[in-house]
Amino acid sequence: MPRVALTPEAADVLRGLRADHGDLMFHQSGGCCDGSAPMCYLAGEFRTGSSDVHLGDLAVDEFVIPVWMSAAQFEYWSHTHLTIDVVPGRGSGFSLEAPLGIRFLVRSRLLTDEEL
Amino acid sequence: MAKYAAPGQPDSVITYRDRYDHFIGGEYVPPAKGQYFANPTPVTGEDFTEIARGTAEDVERALDAAHGAARAWGRTSVADRANVLNKIADRIEANLEMLAVAETWDNGKAVRETLAADLPLAVDHFRYFAGVLRAQEGGISQIDEDLVAYHLHEPLGVVAQIIPWNFPILMAVWKLAPALAAGNAIVLKPAEQTPASIHVLMELIADLIPPGVLNIVNGFGVEAGKPLASSRRVAKVAFTGETTTGRLIMQYASENIIPVTLELGGKSPNVFFADVAAQRDAFYDKALEGFTMFALNQGEVCTCPSRALIQSDIYDSFMGDAVERTRAIKQGHPLDTDTMIGAQASNDQLEKILSYIDIGKQEGARVLTGGERADLGGELSGGYYVTPTIFEGDNKMRIFQEEIFGPVVSVTQFSDYDDAMKTANDTLYGLGAGVWSRDGSVAYRAGRDIQAGRVWVNNYHAYPAHAAFGGYKQSGIGRENHKMMLDHYQQTKNLLVSYSPNALGFF
Repeated sequence: MPRVALTPEAADVLRGLRADHGDLMFHQSGGCCDGSAPMCYLAGEFRTGSSDVHLGDLAVDEFVIPVWMSAAQFEYWSHTHLTIDVVPGRGSGFSLEAPLGIRFLVRSRLLTDEEL
Repeated sequence: MAKYAAPGQPDSVITYRDRYDHFIGGEYVPPAKGQYFANPTPVTGEDFTEIARGTAEDVERALDAAHGAARAWGRTSVADRANVLNKIADRIEANLEMLAVAETWDNGKAVRETLAADLPLAVDHFRYFAGVLRAQEGGISQIDEDLVAYHLHEPLGVVAQIIPWNFPILMAVWKLAPALAAGNAIVLKPAEQTPASIHVLMELIADLIPPGVLNIVNGFGVEAGKPLASSRRVAKVAFTGETTTGRLIMQYASENIIPVTLELGGKSPNVFFADVAAQRDAFYDKALEGFTMFALNQGEVCTCPSRALIQSDIYDSFMGDAVERTRAIKQGHPLDTDTMIGAQASNDQLEKILSYIDIGKQEGARVLTGGERADLGGELSGGYYVTPTIFEGDNKMRIFQEEIFGPVVSVTQFSDYDDAMKTANDTLYGLGAGVWSRDGSVAYRAGRDIQAGRVWVNNYHAYPAHAAFGGYKQSGIGRENHKMMLDHYQQTKNLLVSYSPNALGFF
């Protein structure tokens, strides 16, 4: 059952980032200024471990981008489906898209009974 | 009322430059790659200056300057270092209005707050660390008659500081004052959302600080923050931000075996026991204001009281008064001194808040007031404004568990003390909390039982120097705002000295 998806606009941005940087990953952040937002890194830049949950993989053309979240945070998010979108803005953190003047953003909906 | 003229207008107290470079080695230097990025004001959404887009080359240059200056600064007497801090405080105080307007223009917050809080607290913070530095003592431990351990403080050397955008000047000062006092040289990266006001401050105090002791490299996190945080040439990283970046910074620090201090946000419970409403008096009025504190600084505070827990006995009447109080918050032009809530700091922050309001509604939370973007008309239509919003719902909902960083409070009820503590502690975070009761015993016990580094009892959102501030749980590591932060910027040197003339007798 897919928990994560992409808007076409976000997929376009990821194509560009992939071409510029290489393989990618997402880790959903919590807390403070630039938090509660998906962070896009080079694959392997952020070390995931037993305290993280692999939410799923996003397919953009022939490449795949895994999406992660901390397990503790997932307990509160597990009933929602996440779509990664992109908006104009000035993101911080070390997310790769920020210098482009855009910011990835999560849009959420409740999972249906069938999906759960 | 009064309204300050916007920066750039002929009668404004501040005129921003058209461009800001990096401040390295005591002077402004252009970025190695020659690139700049536009900086808009959240008040109108219009660009007002451009900022150097730093890269690893600029970070290296700043680290060169810092390493060149660190030794001499670390050996400067504590009296002289404290004097520098006091002079910085005096300079800020003498230019307080100008800095306050500059800060409002860069960040979007109401000028009422920058005038009364951000800048006065920054002044006091420098004076506080000047004072505690003079009063700091090492230790002497007599191990036995002939063996003495001397404990001395030494600076770490060159430290990295990454600053958030919610209080651009004050959060920089929280980190700068203890680091400078402790004798370190600094490379600081401001947030790319609010990179300008710190340079107004820097230009104002540049002549007071030896060249190279304080360096500012602007730019984006991935281009400038990452090379700084992962550098083998820094002895410590201090960061305020969110959990994923905090973890990443700890990963870099683990590669270099250096300490970090992290302040990573929260989802602070504000707990109102029934006896708060025993009388309709000044204390009840204070408690209602305490509830409404979620809107302070547009909710862009790591300790925003974004969960309100109200005892069931008084829930309906208290919330009736609380909604009325919240609707009385005056939203308007941030440079108008009557304005209580200004603009969110950036467009993506606005979008994120709106996305949370959306998921709150989907999860079945009820909007008691607000719940939408505010269009204030005229030039402000392009700015980023949100109506103060109260949700009523359940603590398991995402709007009760995630930091929205906007003027949004999620309210729920509790039946008794144990129920209150269970809900208050049902969160990943532990930065701030509020407890409101006329019963000192209840307030004390609740303050101890809530797992948070700062519990305000019968007040909220006060940040005086000399009251330690920092997180439990996933809210971070370290305590700012207190003399103990000096320790976070110092090594302990132990000299173990034998005064015995005789050999041990082993060999």
